Amino acid sequence: MRIPISALVGMVFTGAFFLAAIFAPLIAPYGMAEIVGGVWDPASEAHWLGTDAIGRDLLSRMIYGGQTTIFVASAATVLSFTLGSVLGFSAAVAGGWTDQGLSRLVDLVMAIPALILALVVLSVLPVTLTVLILVMGLLDSTRVFRLARAVAVDITVMDYVEAARLRGEGWGWIIFREILPNALSPLVAELGLRFIFAVLFISTLSFLGLGVQPPLADWGGIVKENASGLVYGIPAALIPAFAIAALAISVNLVADWVLSRTTSLKGGRG
Amino acid sequence: MADTLLDIRNLRIEATSYPPGEPPRDVVLVEDVSVSVGKGRVLGLIGESGAGKSTIGLSSMAYGRGGVRLTGGTISLNGRDIRLANAKALRALRGREVTYVAQSAAAAFNPAIPLMDQVIETCLLHKVMGRAEAEARAVMLFGKLGLPNPESFGRRYPHQVSGGQLQRAMTAMALCPKPDLVIFDEPTTALDVTTQIEVLAAIKEAIRDTGVAALYITHDLAVVAQVADDILVLRHGKRVEYGTTAQIITAPVEPYTKALVSVRSIEHVEKADAPPVLQIESVTARYQGTPFDVLKSITLDLPAGQTLAVVGESGSGKSTLARVITGLLPPRQGQIRFAGRVLSPALAARSRDDLREVQMIYQMADTAMNPRQTVGTIIGRPLEFYFGLKGEAKRQRVQELLDQIEMGKGFIDRYPAELSGGQKQRVCIARALAAKPRLIICDEVTSALDPLVADGILKLLLALQAAEGVAYLFITHDLATVRAIADRIAVMYRGEVRRYGSKTDVLAPPYDDYTELLLSSVPEMKLGWLEGVLESRKMAAAGN
Repeated sequence: MRIPISALVGMVFTGAFFLAAIFAPLIAPYGMAEIVGGVWDPASEAHWLGTDAIGRDLLSRMIYGGQTTIFVASAATVLSFTLGSVLGFSAAVAGGWTDQGLSRLVDLVMAIPALILALVVLSVLPVTLTVLILVMGLLDSTRVFRLARAVAVDITVMDYVEAARLRGEGWGWIIFREILPNALSPLVAELGLRFIFAVLFISTLSFLGLGVQPPLADWGGIVKENASGLVYGIPAALIPAFAIAALAISVNLVADWVLSRTTSLKGGRG
Repeated sequence: MADTLLDIRNLRIEATSYPPGEPPRDVVLVEDVSVSVGKGRVLGLIGESGAGKSTIGLSSMAYGRGGVRLTGGTISLNGRDIRLANAKALRALRGREVTYVAQSAAAAFNPAIPLMDQVIETCLLHKVMGRAEAEARAVMLFGKLGLPNPESFGRRYPHQVSGGQLQRAMTAMALCPKPDLVIFDEPTTALDVTTQIEVLAAIKEAIRDTGVAALYITHDLAVVAQVADDILVLRHGKRVEYGTTAQIITAPVEPYTKALVSVRSIEHVEKADAPPVLQIESVTARYQGTPFDVLKSITLDLPAGQTLAVVGESGSGKSTLARVITGLLPPRQGQIRFAGRVLSPALAARSRDDLREVQMIYQMADTAMNPRQTVGTIIGRPLEFYFGLKGEAKRQRVQELLDQIEMGKGFIDRYPAELSGGQKQRVCIARALAAKPRLIICDEVTSALDPLVADGILKLLLALQAAEGVAYLFITHDLATVRAIADRIAVMYRGEVRRYGSKTDVLAPPYDDYTELLLSSVPEMKLGWLEGVLESRKMAAAGN
C-alpha cells in the first residue's frame, strides 16, 4: 500500500508531537516552572527558543505545554466520541420519544455558543484538568451525537438491521456489530477534526485564563503569558501559536488519508 | 442499405476501473459489436445486467456515462461518423436527432416544473419549432399516448400523475422534437405488470405513427418481442446473436439465446392439501398516523411444507402482510396462528423459538447483508444465536449450508461485495435456512435478478423445500414466478384478497375482473401477443 506524501508528512509531525508529549520529562532540557535566565532572553546555545516573560526556558515550557494540551484534547475527544456515538446510535435504533428527547436536548445545548457556555460553567466550577476534560468532552459530544445519529439513521433502515431485529438480537449486537462497523469511516474522519477543535478550544480557554492554570503550562497559556512581548518585537508568543497550527494541520492530513482509505474498503460507505 | 439511419461498426467501449488496493486498470465493456438500424425500424437490445446494452444504446448519441470512453469502431448516424465529433456537433445532435427515454421517469423529471415545460424544452432549445406549435404537438402526443385530458395534462406537476403516465410523458418528451432515433432504456421495467402493458402499447403505437426509429433496451425478451423488428442479444459486452425478432423467438441458434427464450418454464405440480403451519385470521392493519387500513380483514392458510404465493401490484399490501406476520407491524384486529399457537402481535414479546421458526428473505440481497461481515459471519450468526454453535462446529455447519445452496468451498471468508447478485441471494437463503425455520417469507426475492439467475434461485428454493419441508410465503408481482413455484395463490388488490385457493383453481377461469387483467398482462414469449391482448380487451369492452 502506498502512503501519499501529504499523509506521510502529517504522520511524521503528529508522531513527533505525541512522542514529545509522552516523553516530556526525558527530553525537556529544564524543569517546567524553573527560572533559568533573564526576561525574554533571545535564542542561544543554552536556550534554543530563548526564555519567556519571567525567565523560564521556552523550549521546556513548549514541550510540557504540548503534553498538557495534547492530553486534555485527547481525553476530551475520547469522552465526546464514546458518549456521542453511543447515544447517537441508541437514538437512531430506538427512535420515537427516546430519539426526540435526546435530539432536542442536544439542539438546546448546541443553541448556546460552546465558548460562552464553557466560560460560564468554568467560572463556577473549580478549574482542574478533570473538570476541563469533562466540560469540553460533554460540549463536543453534541456534535458527535448529531453525526452518529445521522449516519446510523441511514443504516438502521437497511434490511440487514431488520434481519438482526427479526432474529431477536439485542441492542448491543445491533449497535456494535451491525451499525458501528458501517459508521466507522465518517466517524474516524470526524475524530481527527474534533481532536483539532479540542486543541483549539483548550488553547482558547487557557488564553482567556479559564483553562489550564499556571504554573502548569499549555500552548494557549504560553501565548497569553508572552503576548505582551509582541509589542516589543519579541516573538515568544508566536512559537506556541505556530505549534498549535502545525499540530492541527498535521492531524488533518492524517485524518484525510484515513478517510479516503477506509471508504475504499470492501463494501465501505461511499 | 440506402435508408440506414444508424450504423455501428466494430464498436469498442472501455472504462477505467478502480479496484480497492490495486492500481487502476482499463476494462473493456463492449467489444466488436456491429449493428445497424434502418429508418423507422425498432432494434431490441437484450441481455443481463452488465451486458453493455445501455452503454451501446447511449453510444448512438456518442455519449458515455462517467468515465466510459468510446475507443474504437465507427458510429455513423445519418451517414456521418459521430464517435469523434466535437462537443458543438454533439450538442446539435442530442435531443434533436437522437432522444432518450430513461428507466425511472420519477427521477428524470424535475419535480418543480410543470410537465408541459419539460416536454417541449428540447424543441425550444433546438429551435425546432415555436412554443405554440410545440405545445400543440405535445398535446397531440399526449392524446396519442393515451394520457387523460391531453389538453390540460401538461399543466400538471410530475407528482400529480402516476408512474405509468409519467413514463408516457417522457416518451412524449422524446418524440416531441421529431427525432430520427429514440433510445428507450428499460422504459417499463419499473412499472407494474398491468401498467406495463398500457405503456408498452402506447410506445408501440407512437413509434408506428411517427415513423421514428428506436433502440429498445430491456432484459425481458418477452417484452422486446412485442415491439422490436430486430433483436441483438448481448452478453459480457459481446454479440451473442443478431436477427429478426421472429427468428430469435422461434428459432434461436445460440445456447444462451435458447436459454433466454425457454426461461420460466419450470414445471411445478401442486401438492395435496396438508394441515396448515400458518393461519392468518381476519387481519386488519394500518401504519401509525395514517387514516386508512393497508390490510382489510385478510384470512389465509399456508399448509406445512408448501408455498403460498401472494400476488399483487405495488401498493396492494403484500409486503405489509409480511411485516404483520414477522411482528414488525402489530395488527389492529385479527391474529396470526403459527403451528397451532397464536403468535404474539409484537416482535418484542415473541419467544426465541417463534423468531427462529419464521425467517425472511429480502428483495435486495445487497442491503440484506451487512457489507462489513463475511459470508461465514452472516450465515454463522443464526447458528450461534439460536443453537449456541461455536468455533469449528459452526464453521462446519456453515460449509454444509453453503454446499446446500450449491456454492461450495472458498466463499466462507468472502465479503458480500465479492459475490455476484445470484450468489448474494443464495447466501441470504442459507442464512434463513441456518435457523431451521418452518416458514420462510420470500419478499420479491427474484425480481431484482436477471431472468436466468432468477430461474436458478427458484429451482434452488423448490429443491430446498423438498429436502427440508419448509413452507414459503412467496410475495411477488410476477405471475410467471407464481406459476413456477406456488401450491396456493392469493391475489391481493388494495389491501383485500380478491382470489384465493389452490394454484389450479386460481389460474383457471372463470376469473374475477382483476385476476383476469393481471393474468392477461404478463408478457408471453410469442409474436403478436400484445396485439392479441389489446384486441380481446377491446372486444370485451365493446361486448359490455
